[in-house]
Amino acid sequence: MIESTSYFALFGLPETFAIDLPRLEQARLAVQAQVHPDRFAGASERDKRLAMQWAAQANAAYLTLKHPVRRAAYLCERRGAAVDAERNTAMPAEFLQQQMQWRESLDDIRAQGDSAALQALRAQVLEQRQSRLAAVEQALDVAHAPERAAQEVRALLFLDRFIEELDRAQDALMSR
Amino acid sequence: MALLQISEPGQSPDPHQHRRAVGIDLGTTHSLVATVRNGAPVCLPDASGQVLLPSVVRYHADGRAEVGWQARDDQAIDPANTIVSVKRFMGRSPADLPPEALAHYHVADDPRMVRLRTAAGEITPVQVSADILRVLRWRAEDTLGGELVGAVITVPAYFDEGQRQATKDAAQLAGLHVLRLINEPTAAALAYGLDHAAEGLYVVYDLGGGTFDLSVLRLTKGVFEVVATRGDTALGGDDFDRCILDLMLQRAGQPQLDSTLQRQWRMAARQTKEALSSEESVSYVVPLPDGGQASAEVTRAEFEAVAAPLVQRTLTLLRQALRDAQVEPAQVQGVVLVGGATRMPMIRAAVRQDMGREPLTDLDPDQVVALGAAIQANALAGNAGADDVLLLDVIALSLGIETMGGLVEHILPRNSTIPQARSQDFTTFRDGQTAMAIHVVQGERELVDDCRSLARFELRGIPPMAAGAARVRVTFAVDADGLLEVSAQELTTGVRAQVQVKPSYGLDDAQIAQMLQDSFTHAEEDRHARMLQEARVEAQALLAATRSAMQFDRDLLSPQEDAQIHDAMAALAQAEQSGDIARIRDATAALTRQTDAFAARRMNRSIQRALAGQAVDRLAELASAQQKRAS
Repeated sequence: MIESTSYFALFGLPETFAIDLPRLEQARLAVQAQVHPDRFAGASERDKRLAMQWAAQANAAYLTLKHPVRRAAYLCERRGAAVDAERNTAMPAEFLQQQMQWRESLDDIRAQGDSAALQALRAQVLEQRQSRLAAVEQALDVAHAPERAAQEVRALLFLDRFIEELDRAQDALMSR
Repeated sequence: MALLQISEPGQSPDPHQHRRAVGIDLGTTHSLVATVRNGAPVCLPDASGQVLLPSVVRYHADGRAEVGWQARDDQAIDPANTIVSVKRFMGRSPADLPPEALAHYHVADDPRMVRLRTAAGEITPVQVSADILRVLRWRAEDTLGGELVGAVITVPAYFDEGQRQATKDAAQLAGLHVLRLINEPTAAALAYGLDHAAEGLYVVYDLGGGTFDLSVLRLTKGVFEVVATRGDTALGGDDFDRCILDLMLQRAGQPQLDSTLQRQWRMAARQTKEALSSEESVSYVVPLPDGGQASAEVTRAEFEAVAAPLVQRTLTLLRQALRDAQVEPAQVQGVVLVGGATRMPMIRAAVRQDMGREPLTDLDPDQVVALGAAIQANALAGNAGADDVLLLDVIALSLGIETMGGLVEHILPRNSTIPQARSQDFTTFRDGQTAMAIHVVQGERELVDDCRSLARFELRGIPPMAAGAARVRVTFAVDADGLLEVSAQELTTGVRAQVQVKPSYGLDDAQIAQMLQDSFTHAEEDRHARMLQEARVEAQALLAATRSAMQFDRDLLSPQEDAQIHDAMAALAQAEQSGDIARIRDATAALTRQTDAFAARRMNRSIQRALAGQAVDRLAELASAQQKRAS
């Protein structure tokens, strides 16, 4: 019963990429208030198990829906166009070229400890992330083209990995 | 009990009975026990009125474990048998620790975990912690007049899987039923938030004796949500003692100290540190190896100069936590200081400067964690007010598995809310591969070697297929205590493998069972009585839950289901009176089976109702907003 409920349905939300975040937050708290294991500390073993499963499911759903790239990937899969980044590794040449260029910049930044350049690079990556997310919304909610959205998500996964690397570089600079 | 609480908060099978539950702060330098009395949390004192129990245990040749003040004061007399700061050893192997941490002790040769040879025999850190916890349990039982239903034990947010598991094992060994492990900064936020009716974003800066934790929390209407957490399990007040000790050694011309002298100097360093929080300069006298004495003075300015790098480390973590939470310092409502080490003026000044506001210190920094744990214990035990508060905590460290080339694939990122379950699919990389080794790791780094290895297991029986054709789904589930279970399944065939992660250097279940058995004084009868008691409690909980479920949601049942449940209830009620453990367990299992679908339907209904209630609230909000606009 848990697994067949869509993440959107679990929170009573319409199944679109555009999302009402305050409503998601409220719904998530309302659901957790019902199912959190702390509500079942003195209950029977079965009820504890059930609570743990529901609360974990609600947290997983929340984590997926809150995060735009994960939400997009989830919608793509539900619409028959799984992102499956492991198998679909072919990316447009210009995208890969830019990735390489960014990585080189990051190497320079690391070598020079240049915090301002790191911020600038981060802003550039975030800007591209924003425009790709807009493309995802268009593809999923307007054009109903999940395949195209999935292609964008693959690019976004690259970007998010790179942003993580930028954050780690920032951590390293901060603790110098 | 549970299903009842969903629809009708506050009711319990016996609403007037107060259940004895405690919160325990098991600290590096000292430990406390607290409970909720007349609606307010209080720390319980010992016979001489002290609430702090030094986390120091001296093992005597007659097998006695002496815990607390006397052991602490006598540590220099008997350093090898007096264990201090044992929290630093929990879930750790000797190789994990700096050599000086174990210098005073006789360490047994075991690469997996720390074992110490004492006058009372070989002991593990889990046993030492259990001895501390047992003293607190007795104190609570004496004060509250009877056995406890359970305890909430606090752990640093940055404790990893092994350290958490070791703490839980220690509590079990001390005869405590663990209601929940909760994170120390979260407990502090709970005590502070409820006491001050706080709302908004708060930072908890928790510098304990041996660990540093930092959590950013959002407090809204009784919900305590951890947004981000950072920390360091090897940074604490002990390190500031070390700074003073280094100054003292330098001034005395680096004398060679034996372990007795080392302990004496260390104690002098701690006293000097504490005195420097209120004095500008402090003089000390310490014994020298030649029988003479060294005396000198340390000023606060000197101390602050040598300790500055430590303070800087905490500030870096503070900035990183705020960045993780995507919060600017100006958005933070308050910074709560926790832990005795935050009494040092340099800490207060640093936080004030970094956050641009006066830190909050009105709750005793030594007590606040135990007080918060008591509040949560009271709620979990089912006493009144249990539904007013909801704690949403996170895992502080990412969890993942090893992939090709010694890289880590993170499956659960840090700062994920618990409980949590998440799956990821992997595939085989060789043609005809029939087994897959799964290596579970914890940590943020990309290389396996830089992360902590938690467990290894193997999924076997994958039918031979071309490389990349098998689909192995690995699922990580973290429970509300922050403990991990990993399972793997090959999706085309359904072959399964599962492990409850117990780090290889910890104690395994058999060892814990053996230690538990050893600790029973009247082994056989005692165990039988305990098992019967547990079976009956479980039966009663299930009966009460089912009874109230039938009262409120009977319409979810077909007449046939209704009749079957009634029969199973009657059978369990009879069995429960019989005193026959096997019969009670069978009848409990039968009623559980009979009500599985019913329980799931009720859970669904409670969620639907909660969401519907929310929709109504939202409509009301919209309506009032429109009215305002119209007027």
